[in-house]
Amino acid sequence: MAADRLAPAQASRVTVEVNGTTYEREVESRRLLIHLLRDDLDLTGSHVGCDTGNCGACSVILDGTLVKSCMLLAVQVDGSSIETVEGLAEGELSPLQQAFSDHHALQCGYCTPGMLMSATALLRENPTPSDDEIANAIQGNICRCTGYWNIVKAVKAASGQEVGE
Amino acid sequence: MSETTVSPERTVVEEPTREQWSGQNVPRKEDKRLVQGEGVFFDDVKRHNMGYVHFVRSPYAHAKIRSVDVSAALDFPGVYGTLTGDEVATLTDPFFQISSPPGAHLKDYCLAVGKVRFVGEPVAAVVAETREGARDAAELIEVDYEPLPAINDARRALDDDAPVLHDDAGTNLTWEGVFDWGDVDGAFAEADRVVKISELHFNRFNSTPLECNGALVEYNRGTGQWTLITNNQFPGFAAIMMGPAMRVGLDKLRFVTQDIGGGFGNKITSHPQLVACCLLARKLNRAVQWTEWRTDFHTSMSHGNERWFVDTEVAVKNDGTMLGFRTTALDDAGAWLRYEPLGGIIWAQVTPGMYRWRNIQLDFKQVVTNKAPVSPNRGYSRMQHLWFTERVIDIVASELELDPVEVRKRNYIKADEMPYETPNGCIYDSGDYAKMLDVALDLIGYEELDSRRADAEKRGKLLGLGIGSTLDSGTNNFGQSRLINADLQFSGNNEVATVKLDLFGEIVVTLGTTPQGQSHETTAAQVVADILGCSLDDVNVRAGHDSYWNSHAGFSGTYASQFAVTGLGAVKGATEELAGQMRKLAAVVLGATPDDIELAEGQARLKGNPEAALPFMALGAIINANNAGLPEDLDVTLNCRYVYRPPFEVPDVERKYGNLTLTYAAQVHAAVVEIDPETGVYEIVDYAAVDDCGKRINPQIVEGQVMGATAQALGAATHETFPYDEEGNLLTPNFYDYHVPHALDMPPLKTGYIESESPFTSLGTKGMGEGGGAGIHAVCAALQDALRSNGKPIVYDSFNPYERVWEMLREPEASRERVTVEST
Repeated sequence: MAADRLAPAQASRVTVEVNGTTYEREVESRRLLIHLLRDDLDLTGSHVGCDTGNCGACSVILDGTLVKSCMLLAVQVDGSSIETVEGLAEGELSPLQQAFSDHHALQCGYCTPGMLMSATALLRENPTPSDDEIANAIQGNICRCTGYWNIVKAVKAASGQEVGE
Repeated sequence: MSETTVSPERTVVEEPTREQWSGQNVPRKEDKRLVQGEGVFFDDVKRHNMGYVHFVRSPYAHAKIRSVDVSAALDFPGVYGTLTGDEVATLTDPFFQISSPPGAHLKDYCLAVGKVRFVGEPVAAVVAETREGARDAAELIEVDYEPLPAINDARRALDDDAPVLHDDAGTNLTWEGVFDWGDVDGAFAEADRVVKISELHFNRFNSTPLECNGALVEYNRGTGQWTLITNNQFPGFAAIMMGPAMRVGLDKLRFVTQDIGGGFGNKITSHPQLVACCLLARKLNRAVQWTEWRTDFHTSMSHGNERWFVDTEVAVKNDGTMLGFRTTALDDAGAWLRYEPLGGIIWAQVTPGMYRWRNIQLDFKQVVTNKAPVSPNRGYSRMQHLWFTERVIDIVASELELDPVEVRKRNYIKADEMPYETPNGCIYDSGDYAKMLDVALDLIGYEELDSRRADAEKRGKLLGLGIGSTLDSGTNNFGQSRLINADLQFSGNNEVATVKLDLFGEIVVTLGTTPQGQSHETTAAQVVADILGCSLDDVNVRAGHDSYWNSHAGFSGTYASQFAVTGLGAVKGATEELAGQMRKLAAVVLGATPDDIELAEGQARLKGNPEAALPFMALGAIINANNAGLPEDLDVTLNCRYVYRPPFEVPDVERKYGNLTLTYAAQVHAAVVEIDPETGVYEIVDYAAVDDCGKRINPQIVEGQVMGATAQALGAATHETFPYDEEGNLLTPNFYDYHVPHALDMPPLKTGYIESESPFTSLGTKGMGEGGGAGIHAVCAALQDALRSNGKPIVYDSFNPYERVWEMLREPEASRERVTVEST
């Protein structure tokens, strides 16, 4: 909505760093973080799959913590630093992204950005997770295409551990 | 969570080792953009000053609409406009109905006109400057309803006092067909035993793709054409529905899509909402964007067909030889026939399942109820019927004290009987079901089953093994629609691809399909690279679908397990034409005949003299930019379009007889479950999925489809359900209540395969991807096996949450009331 129509109580100025770039935007107070990312910043890699915080397609890392960006208001992240899927590759695919491709851990690709952010957060905390630890870490991310088996395998491979054939 | 895979090696090929790209696990072309968040899904596309659409939906399951008042919404800041049922009834005609009467008489519009028939049905739409503003404004639209009694149990829909949904039809029985093949009376006369099962129920659920439906729709006033950037997965069908309703030719509807976030059949029937968006884009002269909310998807879109099998009788010999069956299938279509009653014939593609039943009688009744309309859902209509045939096998085996493995092997159609003609004229192309069963049993350690059962018993658990065998029939003969409605003029099937060699030697492929994760760009490139003798990187397959590309036909889309046959068949045809033209051109330039030219290593060269070679770039440049002096009669464009058309005949309407699908991929799954008898909670402790889809172009992609279909089946077997309360409210309208499998829910999985190439397809492939129903059948069978020692209950529902298992543990005799065995 055009900012000039909003009363001060309805709008706020938000400054946020996303993948190293600082953005300043006037947003409606009720605007969700996912819509700030997708609609205002045109970072459409993070997706919306459920509206209720269940599916994890909108997962991003906020000041080092994995969050679901549909469960936060944009105004809550003022002054924060956010990592999204768009920031994972540096010139070439990250080992995790490459492992997702190598092990066919994605089909339609809709859940993949959220899945990658959950796995990124896991691997920072636990560089050599077990299968169960991986499954636990992506428990908040729904995938309807793969059945998760190849996702678990990809995360494990990205951690440098042996995976079965 | 652990996994063993016995599928083939999964080496990722870096360089061409030559031979063939087909058959190898090459990296997916789609992945690079998707893992970087650079896919383009419909909701990622924006237009200047676009408006956001929000639908006002019915809170009643059944009610008359007395009035709709949009004035307060129109006064709301930021609102661009509205659309109501009254406008729709003026601006459009009802959607074409597939059904013969009485279903043919339904008057279905894109918004409710005069009456609502399910909770969540769109009644009005509002467009505003923001998503949030549109939703706020929708709250201000006042609809005055007069509630009516509702019906939400198909078994009561034909009662005398049942409310009738559609006065135009005059009955809730919108379609009925009686199917009778072979000599059913003779089969029962010959039988040693007749097993009677009073009622079996296949549950209502769907595959809930993670991305909901939606579109960005623009209207071009100058040309009168709409552009729909949408995730509809069957644009050919959507166009056929939308054009006549909107009173425009199909060329006025341009469908565009790049990436789609899962479909599973659930995105075939979004045409009503797309029409509403088109009307709004024209009315407001503005691009409009509609993104369906998750709750709207659950309450209003694409439920899978719920089906009862009533008064089933099975004729069987004492040794378990199946002679025939009779049943009545009662199918709940929900409130509208958006793709129905095609489900009333699709099941007949797999009439006898995998078995040599020759005598079959089935009365198919489809009724409408005050619930969300059904539409195809992965395994569409075959899954329901195959669940039934598998239940019959296991119930009969159990009642006759026979081993279900032996009963299957005794009755499976045998490998040396292929191609096999079913009692209704379908041709199973190839397969070896008994061998698949052996592979599956081997994978789950069948030999040690008794000791595992004893071990489980020691731990206080009940262990059971179940088999699920299914067919994934693919490449529809749309002539089967005539068995629903003899007046329809559809038959056969088609798909299109174009392949061209461009100015700088780029090979550019366009597909008519709308993939939603099925890796079409990758497998198409494998086929093209094999024929042209080049690398995969040389092949550019355009992502997505655009009806401006001229690479589509009437049945284009991605549905019904057909890409490996129709899509790749078109790719192969177009590429072979291009290869022929490249050889012809090279022959002219090199002063040879086309037969002297071979395509290899990105060159057209003289056989036996690799020095005399033209790189593809030279060929592309000659035709596209340097063609003076070429022979006048040189018929070469280097831009080839091919329409693949499978070899079908029109089925015999009177006998309901004919070949309804071209290929029959097969799946045999085996599940081992352990039940806690104190609570009914069960766990799948071992699971094997064996697939046969003929020649596999990319084994890793095939296995991915097998895994995904399996996961969906396991969800449907235990957790996923769309139940309604008495007022017609859906009780699972979001992912809080509708529990899809999460990572921790997945059992250990072993996959295996055999390859029975199809004799009927140009690549030996079969369409695949929908075989997951096997998981539902296998879990049902495993539960019944595990519960056997506990009063021998029969599993009568496809959906078995823990509480139902607990009920069967507590009162096994209740389920046993459904089955009787008579000796003849």
